Amino acid sequence: MQAFIFYPFATLAVLGALGVISLRKPTRALLSLILTMFSLAVLFLLLQAPFVAMVHLVVYAGAVLVLFLFVIMLLGIGARETRVGENFKKGYLAVSFFVPVAFSALLISLALTSGGGTLQPTEGSPDAFGRLLFTRYLLPFELVSFLLLIGVFAAVALASAKPPEKS
Amino acid sequence: MPYTPYFVLSAILFAIGLTGLFIRRNLLLMLLAIELLLNSANLSFIAASARWGELTGQVFAFFGMTIAAAEVTVGLALAILLFRNVDSVDTKRLEMLKG
Amino acid sequence: MIPLAWLVLWTPFFAAVGIFFFLLHRPQAAGWVATAAMALSFFFSLLLLFRAGIGREAVESSVQWVALPALKIEFGILLNGLTLLMLLIVTGVGSLIFLYSQGYMHRDPGYARYFASLSLFAFSMLGIVLANNLVELFAFWELVGLSSYLLIGHWFEKPEAADAGKKAFLTTRVGDVGFLLGILLLFGWLQAGGEGTFNFLVIQDLVKGIHQAGSGGAVSLLTVAGILIFLGVVGKSAQFPLHVWLPDAMEGPTPVSALIHAATMVAAGVFLLARLFFLFSASSFVLGLIAAIGVLTAFFAATLALVQTDIKRILAYSTLSQLGFMVAGLGLANPQAGMFHLATHAFFKALLFLGAGNVIHALHTQDIRQMSGLLKKMPVTGGTFLVGTLALVGIFPLSGFWSKEEILATAQQTSPLAFILLLATAFLTAVYMGRLFAVAFLGEAPKKAVHDPGWEMNSPLVILALFSIIAGFLPLKEFVPMEHEASGPFWVTLLGLTVGTVGFVLSLYLYLLNPALVDSFSENLKGPRRILERKYYVDDFYNALIRHVQDSFAHLCDLFERVVVVEWGVNGTARLVRFTGHLLRQLQTGRIQFYALIFSLGVTVLTYGWVLWNR
Repeated sequence: MQAFIFYPFATLAVLGALGVISLRKPTRALLSLILTMFSLAVLFLLLQAPFVAMVHLVVYAGAVLVLFLFVIMLLGIGARETRVGENFKKGYLAVSFFVPVAFSALLISLALTSGGGTLQPTEGSPDAFGRLLFTRYLLPFELVSFLLLIGVFAAVALASAKPPEKS
Repeated sequence: MPYTPYFVLSAILFAIGLTGLFIRRNLLLMLLAIELLLNSANLSFIAASARWGELTGQVFAFFGMTIAAAEVTVGLALAILLFRNVDSVDTKRLEMLKG
Repeated sequence: MIPLAWLVLWTPFFAAVGIFFFLLHRPQAAGWVATAAMALSFFFSLLLLFRAGIGREAVESSVQWVALPALKIEFGILLNGLTLLMLLIVTGVGSLIFLYSQGYMHRDPGYARYFASLSLFAFSMLGIVLANNLVELFAFWELVGLSSYLLIGHWFEKPEAADAGKKAFLTTRVGDVGFLLGILLLFGWLQAGGEGTFNFLVIQDLVKGIHQAGSGGAVSLLTVAGILIFLGVVGKSAQFPLHVWLPDAMEGPTPVSALIHAATMVAAGVFLLARLFFLFSASSFVLGLIAAIGVLTAFFAATLALVQTDIKRILAYSTLSQLGFMVAGLGLANPQAGMFHLATHAFFKALLFLGAGNVIHALHTQDIRQMSGLLKKMPVTGGTFLVGTLALVGIFPLSGFWSKEEILATAQQTSPLAFILLLATAFLTAVYMGRLFAVAFLGEAPKKAVHDPGWEMNSPLVILALFSIIAGFLPLKEFVPMEHEASGPFWVTLLGLTVGTVGFVLSLYLYLLNPALVDSFSENLKGPRRILERKYYVDDFYNALIRHVQDSFAHLCDLFERVVVVEWGVNGTARLVRFTGHLLRQLQTGRIQFYALIFSLGVTVLTYGWVLWNR
C-alpha cells in the first residue's frame, strides 16, 4: 500500500528536479523545485516523520525558496532567459554528466547490496522529536541556533555594504 | 515496504542536483541545484531513521535544514553583493581568478 | 740551532710582507729593508755553519699540521750538510744581488714592488732548502714558481715580459704535475705498505730497507715515482724538453736573471735530485734517464749559444748547458760533484749576469754587436767578467775548473758517450764565451762615454769574482758526503783543461783578429745556422701543439658547456618549469563550476577507492 503512494510522488520529485536543472526561466525553475519539496514532504510523511515534514514545508518551501524568489525578482533576472549548457566545451559537458552518474551508481549499488529490509515503525511525533532534540542533541541544537544568528549578522553586514561608485 | 527505493531515489536526486550545479550558468540557479543536493541528503537521513526505528536521523535532517537556511541567507547576500559590483550573475563573466 | 734556522727562513718573509703592506710608497726604505733582511739571513746561516760544522749528523725539527691516522703532514726543518751549503749560497749570493739591485733598479717605478717580490722569492727558496718533507717542499716549490712569474713579468706593461712570465710559469707547471703525481704515488705505495709519510728521513729509511730486500715490484714502482719526480726537475731546472722558458725569462731585470735563473731557483731542481738521491739511485734506469737528459741538455744548449746576439741570451743558454752538467753529474751517481758545480756555478754565473747588467745599464742595449772594447772603459766590470768567463770555461786554478773536472772524471768512468759529449760541450762553452768576451770587451774602444757604475753595483762583482777564484779551494765537497769519492785519471783533467783553453783561444783569435773567416764560415753553413737560430724548432713545435691540440680541445669544452650545460641544463630546466606551469595553469580556469566538477570527480574517485578497498 505504501508503494502505491511512494512511486508516484517519487516520480514527481524526480520530474521536479529535472525541471530545476533544465528550465530556462529562473522563476519556473524555482517553482519546479517547490514541486519537488512538496513531493518530498509527502515522502517524509510516509516515513513516519510528520514533524520534520511540516518543518520541511514551512522552512524550505515557505521561507528559503520565497527568499530565493525575492532575490531573483530583485535582481531583475526573473524574466530573463538563461540557457542551459551553451558555451560549455563538449568535453566539460561529457565529464559533468559522467561524474554524477558514476557517483550515484556507486550509491545505488551500495543501497541495493545492503539487503532489502522493511521499514521499522518510528515515533515521529513532535513530542518524541522534541524530547530527543532537547535532551540528547541539546548542544547541537544550541550551536545551530548560534549559527543562524551568525547567518543573520552576516547577511545584514554584507547586504548593507555600499555599492561602488559608478562613473 | 522495503526501504531500498528511498535510498535509490536519494541517489538519483543527488545526481540530478550535481549535474545542475555543473551545467547552469546563472549563479542563483546553481544555488537552487545545491538546495536539491541538500534535500536528497535529508531524504537519505530520514529514510535511514525509519530503517532503524530511531529518531536520530530525523534530528539530523532537521539540523540540515536549519543549516541550509543559514547558508542560503549568506549565499544570497553574497550574490546580491556580486551583482552590485559586476552587474551580472552569469558565471561566464566571473573568471577573475583565472590563471 | 733550530731557532736560528727558523730565523733564516722567516726574516725575508717578514721583509716581503712589511714592504708590501707599509713601504710600497717608500722605495728607498723598501730596498734597504729587503737587503738588510737578506744579509741577516746570511749572518744567521753563517752562525749555523759555525755551530753545526760540516758533515755532522742531520738535525730535524717540525710542527704537526695534519695528524690523521692515515695522513700526517708536518711543517719542519731538516738541517744537514746539503741544507747548509744551499743556505749559504742562497743567502750569500742573494745578499749581494739585493745590494746590486739597489743600484740597478734605481728610479724604476716598480722599485718597492720589485723588492717585495724578491724577498718573497728568497723566502720560498729557503723554504725549499729547509723543508723536511715532500709536501712542504712542493708548496715552496710552487711559491718559487710564483715569485719567478712575478719577477720575470716585473715590467708587465711590456707584452714580451708578460708573455715570458706566463710561459715560465706554465712550462714549469707541466713539470710540477709530474712532480705531484710522483709524490702521491710514493705516498700511496708507502701507505699501502703500512707507513704513509712524506718525511725525507723516514722515506730514506724505508727505501733503503726495500732496496736491500730487493723486491722487483718495488723497484719498478720506485722507477715510476722517480721518473715523475724528475719531471719536476726537468721543469724547474729547464732541462730538455721543458727548457723553453729560460731564454725568454731574460725579459726580467738582470739582477733577477742573476739570482733566480742562474744561481738559485733553477738550481732547486738539482738540489731536489740531491735531496732525494736515495730514491733515484734505487733504480738504475732512472739514473740513466737523468744522466741522458742532463748530457743532452748540456750539449744542445751549448750549440744554441753560438748564434745568440743578445748578451743575456748567451748567458741563459750557458746556464741551461751548465745545469745539464749538474744534472748529468747526479745522473752519473755523483751528487757531490753535481752540488759542487752548483756552488761554483752560482758564483761565476751570478758574476757574469751582474757584469752584463753593468754593461746594459751603461749602454742601454743588450746586443753584443753594438758593444766593443768595454774592457778599457769599464775595467772593473771587464776584469771581473773575464774572471767569470775563465771560471766558466774551466781554466785552472779557478773554481769552475775543479767542479767541471769532477763531473768529467765521473763521466769518463761511467759512460764514454757521456764523456765525449760533455767534453764537446766544454769546448763549445769556451768558444761561445770567448766569442762574447772578444766581441763585447775587446776591440776598439766605444765612442760613447761609458764608465763603471757606483759601489753598489761594483762591489758585489768583486766579491763574486773573489769567490769564483777561491771556491775551488774551499771545502765545499764536505757538505755532501759520499761513500767513495771518485777521482779520475790525470789525463782526463788535462784533456778537459786543454779543450777549454784551446776553445777559448781559438774563438778569441777568430772573432778578434779574423772576423772575415767567421763570416764566410757562417755563410757556408746557412742551413745548420738556421736550425740553430730557430732553436731546433722546439718552440714552433710547442706552438703548433697548443694550437692544434689544446685549442681544439678547448673549443670542444666550450661547445659542451654552451650546449649541454647552458642550453640544455640551465635553459632547459627553465623551459621545463615554464612548460609544467603552463600545463598546470590549464586547471586554473577561474570558473567555479569547473572547480566544483574537479572536486566532485576527486570525491567520486576516492569514494570508489575506499569502497573497493574495504570490500
